[in-house]
Amino acid sequence: MTPPPDSSGGTRIPQVTYHGAPSLAEPVFEVGSLSVFYGAHEAVRDVNMTIGRRQITAMIGPSGCGKSTMIRCFNRMNDLIPGARVVGKIRYHNEDLYGRDVDPIEVRRRIGMVFQKPNPFPKSIYDNIAYGPRVGGFKGNLDDLVEETLTHAALWDEVKDKLKTSALALSGGQQQRLCIARTIAVKPEVILMDEPCSALDPIATMKIEDLMEQLAQEFTIIVVTHNMQQAARVSDRTAFFTADVDDKGERHGRLVEYDETERIFSNPSNQRTEDYISGRFG
Amino acid sequence: MGSDVLDKGAATGMPEAPRLKGRGTPLRERFFQLSLWASLAVGVVFLVWLLAYVVIEGWPRLDSRIWSNFPDIIDPTNAGAQSAIMGTIWVIAFTALYCLPTGILASIYLEEYADPNRWWNRVIEINIQNLAAVPSIVYGILGLGIISRGLGFGQTVLTASLTLSLLVLPTVIIASREAIRAVPQSIREASLALGATQWQTIWRQILPAAVPGMATGSILALSRAIGEAAPLLLLGGLTFITFNPTGVESPFTVLPIQIFNWISQSRAEFTALASAAIVVLLVILLAMNSLAIWLRNHYSHRW
Repeated sequence: MTPPPDSSGGTRIPQVTYHGAPSLAEPVFEVGSLSVFYGAHEAVRDVNMTIGRRQITAMIGPSGCGKSTMIRCFNRMNDLIPGARVVGKIRYHNEDLYGRDVDPIEVRRRIGMVFQKPNPFPKSIYDNIAYGPRVGGFKGNLDDLVEETLTHAALWDEVKDKLKTSALALSGGQQQRLCIARTIAVKPEVILMDEPCSALDPIATMKIEDLMEQLAQEFTIIVVTHNMQQAARVSDRTAFFTADVDDKGERHGRLVEYDETERIFSNPSNQRTEDYISGRFG
Repeated sequence: MGSDVLDKGAATGMPEAPRLKGRGTPLRERFFQLSLWASLAVGVVFLVWLLAYVVIEGWPRLDSRIWSNFPDIIDPTNAGAQSAIMGTIWVIAFTALYCLPTGILASIYLEEYADPNRWWNRVIEINIQNLAAVPSIVYGILGLGIISRGLGFGQTVLTASLTLSLLVLPTVIIASREAIRAVPQSIREASLALGATQWQTIWRQILPAAVPGMATGSILALSRAIGEAAPLLLLGGLTFITFNPTGVESPFTVLPIQIFNWISQSRAEFTALASAAIVVLLVILLAMNSLAIWLRNHYSHRW
């Protein structure tokens, strides 16, 4: 997918700013002219972007700019919201994610999600990890899978002696890492994270960031964050979203700039990105 | 920020010392609290009075004969209420059997599948709320016309329990829906995001989390059904039966009907018998409600 030319100037749709050749890994998602509607309201307008394999892509931007709406398109979680409608294309390995014969259940087994607030099931730690494989019809040895997964998520040493106790007894940070572990237990290719650290303290946040960097060796990660330092620390590429307010006072999110994280934070090419990064707005 | 305060202080000289001492509770608030207590007292005093009255009245007859003997029209001093107690148990057990699965499935449909934007779902919803307020005697007429005569089930345990099922079904549905609604959306999302189907999400996450609430609401609904006499009188629950039900096709009586029958007798021995039967009914009700409270406290979830 070739990025659109840099400056077409004076067009109806605000252009996304691209730098020359994006250093993009093999694409996992290709998003083309994507808009999301809630009823008649266009919450996200005309997004074009490509997500690279085994990279961490961060989505930043002020509140109400459509980042969360956007990330929920990738595993069809927006299907659950009555009245939500997706227009445009998301290609996942060249297959249309919103194609007629695509089963959202299958989509979500390949594209996992971690939510803003840790939401472990009110079950044991073991059962939290085992839930995904169980509903997916896993036939192997669950005990091994649970141990392997928890080790993978750097949680095994902390919980190995209390696998049968309730997950709700864990601290907030541990709960969130359990939720990440639960997600990788079904062996997805992509992990979506919607502000995974916004409910956590700095130490717990640091642990999650370390985990993200480690997981990026095997998984493709897309993370929505309000924390710009976090985006700068962990991500390979950063997408900056903002909201345009139309004459009726409605907010439409759009992608302003998408580039290597280093570029975005050191030398953004769009004024609005620079204002946001430097804290002058948002 | 503080400049306003400083300016005022400058204008009046020194700022006034803050007044921290209370002025006592104002009369109006005391009056309000008093009326709250008074309202509560009315309820409690009458309840205690009623309980004391039936216990004292029924005391001479509160012995094992009340459940070991059958009603006897000739010799009230030796009569019991076994057929009515057994009838109550039979009728309520079958009521639970019919209305719990139906009510829970209906509530799952309404909460998890029904699209509230469709008019028919809204009509169903309004109807259920209205049905919960329909007087029980109306259900009696319905049961008599449709179940007893229309379907030809006659004056049997089956007719009674089907009618009572209809009576408590709206309450069961409303209670179950509330229990389902109390399960946080984040649990549904977590389950679906792991690739679970909607059915798996309901069966493995929502129902286990909602069962305590459903059980509590359902037990309270059933304890309403236990005290019902009016619809069953219409259905021909017999007031004088000296045998226990042997199946759903049996004729039956239940405690409220038996009590009604004894109360309307003129001899004082029957009044004592009625009071004793009321105590038995209250004990059954209290036991069911205690179970409901225990379930709620023991299995309630903290998210």
